[in-house]
Order: sequence, then C-alpha cells, then structure tokens
Amino acid sequence: MSSAIQFDPIRLPPEAEALRVEVRAFLREEIDAGTFDPVTAPYREGFNPEFSRRVGDKGWIGLTWPKKYGGQERSFLERYVVTEEFRAVTAPTRVHFTADRQSGPVLIKYAPEHIKMDILPRITRGECCFCIGMSEPGSGSDLFAASTRATKSDGGWLINGAKVWTSSAHVADYMIGLFRTSASTEENRRHGLTSFLVDMKNTPGITVNPINHMTGFHEFNEVVFEDAFVPDDNVLGEIDSAWKQATSELAYERSGPERFLETIYILTELVRTIGDKPDKREAEGIGRLVAQLHTLRRMSVSVNGMLQAGKEPTLEGSIVKDMGTQWEQKLPQRARELSAFVDENIGNRANFDELLRFATMIAPKLTIQGGTTEVLRGIIARGLGLR
Amino acid sequence: MVNADACIARQSPAIDRIRERKINMSDDNIIIDATTRIFQDLCDPQTITNAPDDSWKAPLWEALEESGLTQAWTPDDLGGAGATIVDGFDVLRVSGAFAVPVPLAETLLAGWLLSKAGLIVPQGAMTIAPARAGEHLTLGDDGTLAGEARAIPFANEAEKIAVIARRGESSVVALVDRASCGIAEGNSLAGEARSTVRFDGIVPEEVSDPVEGLDEESLVQMGAAVRAAQMAGALQAILDISVEYSKERVAFERPIGKFQAVQHNLARLGGEAAAAIAASGSLADTIGRADGFDDQVFLEVASAKIRIGEAAGEGAAIAHQAHGAIGFTAEHILHRFTTRLWSWRDDFGSESVWAVRLGEMVASRGADELWPLVATQ
Ligand SMILES: Cc1cc2nc3c(=O)[nH]c(=O)nc-3n(C[C@H](O)[C@H](O)[C@H](O)COP(=O)(O)OP(=O)(O)OC[C@H]3O[C@@H](n4cnc5c(N)ncnc54)[C@H](O)[C@@H]3O)c2cc1C
Repeated sequence: MSSAIQFDPIRLPPEAEALRVEVRAFLREEIDAGTFDPVTAPYREGFNPEFSRRVGDKGWIGLTWPKKYGGQERSFLERYVVTEEFRAVTAPTRVHFTADRQSGPVLIKYAPEHIKMDILPRITRGECCFCIGMSEPGSGSDLFAASTRATKSDGGWLINGAKVWTSSAHVADYMIGLFRTSASTEENRRHGLTSFLVDMKNTPGITVNPINHMTGFHEFNEVVFEDAFVPDDNVLGEIDSAWKQATSELAYERSGPERFLETIYILTELVRTIGDKPDKREAEGIGRLVAQLHTLRRMSVSVNGMLQAGKEPTLEGSIVKDMGTQWEQKLPQRARELSAFVDENIGNRANFDELLRFATMIAPKLTIQGGTTEVLRGIIARGLGLR
Repeated sequence: MVNADACIARQSPAIDRIRERKINMSDDNIIIDATTRIFQDLCDPQTITNAPDDSWKAPLWEALEESGLTQAWTPDDLGGAGATIVDGFDVLRVSGAFAVPVPLAETLLAGWLLSKAGLIVPQGAMTIAPARAGEHLTLGDDGTLAGEARAIPFANEAEKIAVIARRGESSVVALVDRASCGIAEGNSLAGEARSTVRFDGIVPEEVSDPVEGLDEESLVQMGAAVRAAQMAGALQAILDISVEYSKERVAFERPIGKFQAVQHNLARLGGEAAAAIAASGSLADTIGRADGFDDQVFLEVASAKIRIGEAAGEGAAIAHQAHGAIGFTAEHILHRFTTRLWSWRDDFGSESVWAVRLGEMVASRGADELWPLVATQ
C-alpha cells in the first residue's frame, strides 16, 4: 500500500552460495589452527593483522571494488555472505572491517586517483586499518554540531580539537574525519563541515588517549588534534558540504548482517546448553528467537539485493538496523531466562555463563553505536512521511 | 455515545486517500491491480462498516468469481484460473489490506488442496479441514468419514469443504457437502465463523486417489502461509491508516504526527509491518519454488507465522494507541483490521504452537546446525 515499504524476496545467487562453502572451509581451518575460538572470541580484541592478511589473500576484502584498486568486482550479495559467515563465528576482523564496509567505498567515491591507487590495494590486502572520526564531546547524535576545526593553511589544513569514542583509533592507519571548515548558516545548519582523510601514523600533532569500555575493554579512544596538518589532496568531496555525501552510503552501513549478529554466539550456545530435549518453555523460546533471527536475515538480504539492483532502500535499511539492534540487545536477556533451569554442571554451561555475562555487559552499546535508536526512528518516521 | 457522523467526517479524507492508492509491491502486477480494484469498488472497509446489512456480500463474491480470483490456485484443466502460487499469495495480501470478510482465502486453499489431488474444483465458496496440527480425519472402508475438526473458518458460509483424510496408511482428499456436516458454531474476534465440524458417517461427493507427499501437515502449513500473507496486508493497511490519521488529527495545535513520541511509535509499527512483508514475501516465494514441504519450507512457514503473529499483536496495539478513542469505536474501520489480525494469529497454529515445533527442530539438530539452517537462500 501507500507506505511503500518494500522487501523483495531476494535469493542469494549460486556464486554467493559457492563462495559460502569456500568461506566456511577457510574459517574452519583458521579455527582448527587456533587463530581464534568462536567460544572465547567475543571477549578477545578481534585485532589480528595476520588473519586479516590471509583474508586479503583470499580476495575477500573490497570484494565489490574495481579490480584496478585491488577489488574483485563481485556483487554485494557475495560480500553479504562473507560478512555473515565471519560474524557467525565472531572472526577477528577489526583490522579490515571498517575499511571494507565504509572507508574504502568513501575513498572510491571522493578521493583523488593517486590516493585511491595507494590506499585501496593496501586495504584489500588486509594491511590497512581505518577509524571514523565523527563524534565529539559536544556532538553525538547531532553530528552537525561538530566543532573540531580545519583551518586553511599553505597547501593544506590545520586541524584543532578532539574526537571521542573513536573505535580503533589506537591501531588505525587512517581516519576519515568530519571537521568544521566554516560556520553553519541561518538557512542550513548542516553547512560548513568537510570530510578529510587523516594519516594517523605519520601526522605530528595527533594524540590518541584510550577510553575503556565498562567491560574493561579498550576499543574506543579520544583523539586530540593540535595543529595537525592535512594536505589539500586529502579533502574528500566538496568543502563545507559533507552533509550531502552521507546519505547514499547509509543503507549499506545500516542493513548489513553485522547489525544483528554481534551477540549471535549466545543463541548458539543457548541451544547447546539446553540440549536436544528442550521442555515446552525452552522450545518455544528458542523457536521465537530463531523465527525473529530468520526474519531479520530475510529483511537484511532483501535490502542488500535491492541495493545490488540499483534501488535506494533507505527507509528499509534504517528499519533493519533498528529492529536488528533491538533484537540483539534483548537476546542475552532472553537467553538468561531460557537457561534459568538448566543444570549448572552441564557440558558447556561454564562457557555459556561467561558469554552471557559478556553479552549482557555489551548489550547497551548495540543501540547507540552507529546512530541511536531514537535517531533511527526519526529517520524511519521521515520515510513514512511524518517529518 | 460519541457522535459517529462527526467522527467519520473527521477521518474520512484520510480514508479516501488510502482508497485511491494502489497496493503496490511488485510494480506493474496485473493481478494485484485487478484485485485491488475489485476490493476498492466492492469491499471498501468504511462502506462495509457503515452498511446496515449484508447486501454488499453477493456482488463482491460474484465479482471475485467472475474475475477468476476465487480459483487462482486451481490449474486451467481443473476449472481454475491457473495463476502461480506467488500470484495467489499476492491476492491474499491485498485481501488482508482490505480486511476482506468473505471466504476468499479459504476457497483458494480448498482449490489448491483439491487440485493437488487431481479433483475438479467446483465454483462457490469453500473451506478446508482439518485446520490444526495434530488433528486428523479418517475415511473408512465403507466410504464414510469419521472425526471432527475444530476452528474451521467460514464453515457457515462455505458450500463445500475440501478435506484431507487418512485411508489406511495413505492420505486422500475428499470433497464434502457442508450441509451434510454437523456444525457447532463458534466465532473469531472479527465475528467470522470458526466452527467445530463433525464428519462422522458422511459420504463425500468426491474422493481422490491416494496422494503422495500431501497430508494434514501440508494443509496446515499452507493455511499458515495464507494467514501470514493476509496479516502482512492488514499490517500494511493499519500502518497507512495510522500514518494518515496522525498527519490530520490535531492536538495541542499541531498534528499528532509531529510529536516525537507518536513518530517513534509509528516507526515501530513500520518495523512490524516491514517484518511481516519480508517474512510473508519470502515464504510465498519459497513455497512457489519448492517441490514439497521440506525443512526449508517448514522454517519459512514457522518463522513467518511466529514473527507475523508477534507483529500482529504489537502492530495492532500501536495502531490503536495512535488513534485514541475514535479507533475504539464500532464506526471506525480500524477494528476490521485489528480483530482479524488477532484472530488470524490463532488460525493454523498460533505463534506458541509453531515456536515449540521450530524450537524442537532446532534443538534436535543441535547448536552447530543452527547457523547453517538459517543461512541459506
Ligand atoms: C561502542 C561504540 C563505538 C563507537 N565508535 C564510534 C566511532 O568509531 N566513531 C565515531 O565517530 N563515533 C563512535 N561512537 C559514537 C556514537 O556514534 C555516538 O555515541 C552516538 O552517535 C550517540 O551520540 P552520544 O553518545 O553523544 O549521545 P547523545 O547524542 O548525547 O544522545 C544521548 C541520548 O539522547 C537521545 N537523543 C539525542 N538527540 C535526540 C533527539 N533529537 N531526539 C530524541 N532523542 C535524542 C539519544 O538517542 C540518546 O538516547 C561509538 C559509540 C559506541 C557506543
């Protein structure tokens, strides 16, 4: 009807399923070789340069990118399969995932050719880690309140100010950051921000200060800029008009399987803990969770298929992220309820309990990172014609 | 008492706009267009809500029969329109979006069952039996049926009942004259018949040869898929109605749709409708391509019936909240959708029934088979 919410019943093509077989075999080998263990991986750092390099050797980073930049020119549905198989076993992808999902595509669109030729092949080889510098102490959901300045100087720009919550900044080779180049205007409060590529390893004037998660994890950081120089070539897109650039990539960023698989291990281990003879309550609980997961996945595959077909399912992408993150956030609580009467001495119970503690602790972030629930629902409401 | 005329006047522009719009999922779909047109003309929810009697019913049914829609799932050679399985599910989704109060879904289902068994499909309204997992009827050596089936939809309006029954080790499909059955009437929340039908001693009008790969379970799965499609349509409709109403209804000097709390509720309703659209679309496509009722079909049916059943409950609550008191009146069309959503959840197995079955399947396959089960297609 009018709401025009559309989810075509997209099926993964045979080449994607063939790739799945390859990916599973690769991951099996890595697990057997001790690179990571799916049952402990969730509370490990996930930063493994050797592993990322081997993934790069397979050609699975930048899978959809042009060949001249090291890509394979394969479809988004094939990339989908690689992403979901890696997530399903919590493979350590921290080195390459952000660059593969977000930063590489931004460079392809907006960076000058010599930068693309330099950086993109390194990303695809798994040698290059990116971080995203958007949030600031005074600017989170309201991205356009960013105040970290880039001021014009000879041959480039000088950056002053600070970014926060910058995931992987302490290990990243580059940041794609959003900086203020002009004041916003009366007519357009989004005006005045510009996107820059920043070399995190070779730029004097950048300090990275760790900020620990409540789990004790060090994943995100404060990044302080003091007259950090960025050359003119590193401007990505139009000066003062970064707001125009964000929208089309959002559907890709929002609808991926990583948006509902971050705590998936707890469902797998719940099934293991409960065993093959669930009582009615346990069976019903598992059945509902599997139905919800299956439906989310169908929605997510559909959005990615529509993207591959050249459509722009912005509304649908936001819906998938909102519902996916709600689901993965509630998952630990459901698992906790359903496992309440399981024998404490049963096989994997100790593992399960440990994972449950961890999943419970990280659950709050799932609906904050990458745009909060409230922000997403605002976007959905706009898509429905209410704003 | 509320002033009904004033209420309806206040909300009618929104309804008009919805009426004019097309159900538009797969663009350029002739069957969807034709179906939509018939319902717009002859089954408008507000007109039916206002109608003093059932005089709208005969013209509607005639138009549906004339267009071939009642026989969409019957091949040409058995007297039908020979549309695809997916076309039929499209028709049903559209019928859900109009809260169609005639046994179109049941007649489609009966036509599907009869033609699967190679029987000629008669004209007229039909229903099916049994409609619940675990129930079965038998056909004895003397040619008479035995057993009863509960919650049979539209048993009061159907002329014939297509049943699947056990004869010895095998299954047969039979066509039964409804008038010969014993019927204990019951009603759904939407006031549609959900009756207990007794078949003891009845001689069917037609009996098929034994059918391979078709049993009560197939019928229940197909029935669940039918309700999934109808619920998806109804959820789309209540989303549209609620969005339109929120743009028009003014409180505190602005349209209520400008309040963030209302926007976020409707965004959630959008999500529930989206889940229903995705799950039912995927299910229809899967059944359309499958040879029989295998594990993949089971996963799709169970997931859709569970998830869309949940969406029906959540979605109906949000739609009512957005409408305030007007949505709680007999005069308003909202209840045509919400009462059907509530009752369709229970037909052919509730969320709980399907969830226990799916959970048992997942548990018996084991933890390491969970991801491979989900990550297909
Ligand atoms: C684990 C993690 C990793 C992250 N990694 C990165 C990163 O790598 N790079 C980066 O730039 N950022 C990163 N972030 C930051 C993230 O993008 C922000 O936290 C997020 O955008 C919200 O901003 P905030 O924390 O300032 O909250 P605020 O914007 O202050 O919001 C606080 C609360 O108010 C609500 N709120 C705000 N505005 C409105 C409104 N208009 N209507 C209704 N409710 C509203 C929010 O929804 C939220 O519930 C990360 C965050 C987390 C948790």
